[in-house]
Amino acid sequence: MTRKQRRLTLIGTAGVVLATAFGLIMFALYDELVFFQSPTDIARNTLPSGQRIRLGGLVEDGSVVRSDNAEVSFRVTDMENTVSVTYKGILPDLFREGQGVVTEGIVRPDGVFVADSVLAKHDENYIPKEVAEALKKQGHWQGDKTTAN
Amino acid sequence: MIVEFGHYALVLAFALSLVQSVVPLWGALAGDDRLMAVAPPVSVTMFVMVLVSFAVLTSAYLTADFSVLNVLENSHSAKPLLYKFTGVWGNHEGSMLLWVLILVFFGALVGLFGGNLPKDLRATTLAVQGWISAGFILFLLATSNPFARVINPPLEGADLNPILQDIGLAIHPPLLYVGYVGFSITFSFAVAALILGRTDAAWARWVRPWTLLAWCFLTLGIAMGSYWAYYELGWGGWWFWDPVENASLMPWLAGTALLHSAIVMERREALKIWTILLAIFTFSLSLLGTFLVRSGVLTSVHAFATDPTRGVFILVLLCLFIGGSLSLYAWRAPALRQGGLFAPISREGALVLNNLFLTSACAAVFVGTLYPLFLDAVTGEKISVGAPFFNLTFGPLMVPLLIAVPFGPVLSWKRGDLLAASQRLYAAFGLAILMTIFTFWLWGMEKVLAPLGVGLAVWVMAGAVSEILTRVKIFEIGPSRAFSRLIGLPGSAWGSMLAHFGIGLTVLGVVTASAFQDERIATMRPGDTVELSGYQLTFDGAAPRRGPNFTEEVGHFTIRQGGIFVTELDPSKRIYTARQMPTTEAAIFTTGFSQLYLSLGESRGDGAVDVRVYFKPLITLIWIGCVIMALGGAVSIADRRLRVGAPKPARKRNAGAAAPAE
Repeated sequence: MTRKQRRLTLIGTAGVVLATAFGLIMFALYDELVFFQSPTDIARNTLPSGQRIRLGGLVEDGSVVRSDNAEVSFRVTDMENTVSVTYKGILPDLFREGQGVVTEGIVRPDGVFVADSVLAKHDENYIPKEVAEALKKQGHWQGDKTTAN
Repeated sequence: MIVEFGHYALVLAFALSLVQSVVPLWGALAGDDRLMAVAPPVSVTMFVMVLVSFAVLTSAYLTADFSVLNVLENSHSAKPLLYKFTGVWGNHEGSMLLWVLILVFFGALVGLFGGNLPKDLRATTLAVQGWISAGFILFLLATSNPFARVINPPLEGADLNPILQDIGLAIHPPLLYVGYVGFSITFSFAVAALILGRTDAAWARWVRPWTLLAWCFLTLGIAMGSYWAYYELGWGGWWFWDPVENASLMPWLAGTALLHSAIVMERREALKIWTILLAIFTFSLSLLGTFLVRSGVLTSVHAFATDPTRGVFILVLLCLFIGGSLSLYAWRAPALRQGGLFAPISREGALVLNNLFLTSACAAVFVGTLYPLFLDAVTGEKISVGAPFFNLTFGPLMVPLLIAVPFGPVLSWKRGDLLAASQRLYAAFGLAILMTIFTFWLWGMEKVLAPLGVGLAVWVMAGAVSEILTRVKIFEIGPSRAFSRLIGLPGSAWGSMLAHFGIGLTVLGVVTASAFQDERIATMRPGDTVELSGYQLTFDGAAPRRGPNFTEEVGHFTIRQGGIFVTELDPSKRIYTARQMPTTEAAIFTTGFSQLYLSLGESRGDGAVDVRVYFKPLITLIWIGCVIMALGGAVSIADRRLRVGAPKPARKRNAGAAAPAE
């Protein structure tokens, strides 16, 4: 192999690997993104049904209903619209009525949000940033009530 | 008074860092020995100053001095002693102080043990280290002063976040920081080489041990963090592709690439310019990690406080260091001499391939981590990038890399023979096929990828072992003579064998624990039993208990296998008194390398509780593999042939001869 061929082989291999990586990243970005939506966004129905989304808002007071087999249902609200959520599993330690929550899953055709994960918070004062902004957008931001700092 | 003393020591350290930034560099450029000789004592004194300052903060925590704001916000008099101590870095200011302490510690190490480096190289390296120290000490003093006082101190503190009240806090951050910050030395070396415009043999020899040292600690730090999250958060997951985790994974990937390219540079004098670039990237990613974690752009357990000025400050530092070093690179790198030709199929070629895949994988993680932040900043759209993205990008890039791992060490330098190399790996390949078939037989055909993953892991492990066996020619000269050759093998050979074996183990654990885990979620009343992976778990009831600074509701479970008693598990829900914050304490039963993981949910009032239980086959291999990888790194550092120091020509010839050209 001449020096030039060696160099070309090296550059060629590098090109193939990098192109593969680039292709994978673009494909995954196109396919695997999860959009954050508020109940109002869902009510406006901006995304095709069956797409995975993150739903964020406040857990409506008095809406949490537990049934056997660790199933739980609650409503997530941004004071404008409300979405019913069902979830099977253990809720994070700091899940509370009236507090911010982020859940991930899909919207069933009947409008119920089936969550497969409810995001934990690590701090009692923490309200997910996305939720805070979604609430502000709706003009229902009550800093003192939701103890965001 | 003593607290002000700590603050003052930090200010002094800042002044010293300015001296270290300027004087030695001046000396190196002007060829003035006296100015260059300033660097080592200054670097050591600076370390002592920061150490004093750290000790003062520690004593404020131990004596629960609530007149210090930092202690007030993060400590409590009823907190157990260990957490009073570890709580020093369980907050933003203290953890940045620890970061700086380790940074100047590394500078002092170069000052103390760099005696056999060329003078100008040592002086310049320490000057660059001085810039980094100056930047971060200023960051502490200006935006994150850990010594701020409170005028009217209350009698009781706010306590440490309960999630952090764990032995993990004693281990994970220091290990991780030694890893992160350790890469600063390689960075300083690289920048010094660019400033001086030359890379000599001594330079090449210094890079790898320092990289290895940082890499070992980073590996352990990440593994420890993963295990901590696994048992403490109660979700049973060990890796979430959380941006904060990715922030530590990126320097690890770049650092792994770096330590492989440093081998080529050390032995063959090739890939110098690339190695310099990787050294810059690796530490830049460490800085990026610090920014992501400490600036508050991400909301996570690691983001202690969200003060925007801090984020801006670190961002400016980030731009200065990364932008500056890359500009310097663009300007000076073309002047460096390239050496060492090699054929595509060779040890060098294999290591280049390793670098290609690792850096591409690192790029994929980079995009997945930063794209949401980028999109939010530009369009305001909120998205999240989760496990599916990384499984689709990171996974496929790791597979060819892992397939290639066993080939690297059996190829010879300069020009290799793929066929001859493959023949040495027949046994490993056969074993991998056998294990794949065995896994198919065990689990059936429903999961196609998992048995292939098991096969891949076995391939990597068996490849590592067979490399050692063929090196000692066990099949040609018989076991007894082979054993004496085995002892005589250089540390670096053992090191790479262990590290490759370790990564195989980790992969095996990842595959089995993800693909074959068994999970049950149930609401249980006293007397109820659930069955899972051949175990019967009976809930006997729950009872309250008091801890030093918490109260808890402890569930009692009896575990049987085929009706025979195995063990008892006591998971609990705690409420920490000071913050009224609940946490979940999972109970874990380890059997062989597998674990039974039990965590409690909300109790239902009538004695019923929600229970989540997992059986995770071979999951501990994930972390054991990491420990073995780090052990491999340590063995490799200990290799006598690679002892740090400017090699004399004769020694260099010896080293060249000892490097096996098989």
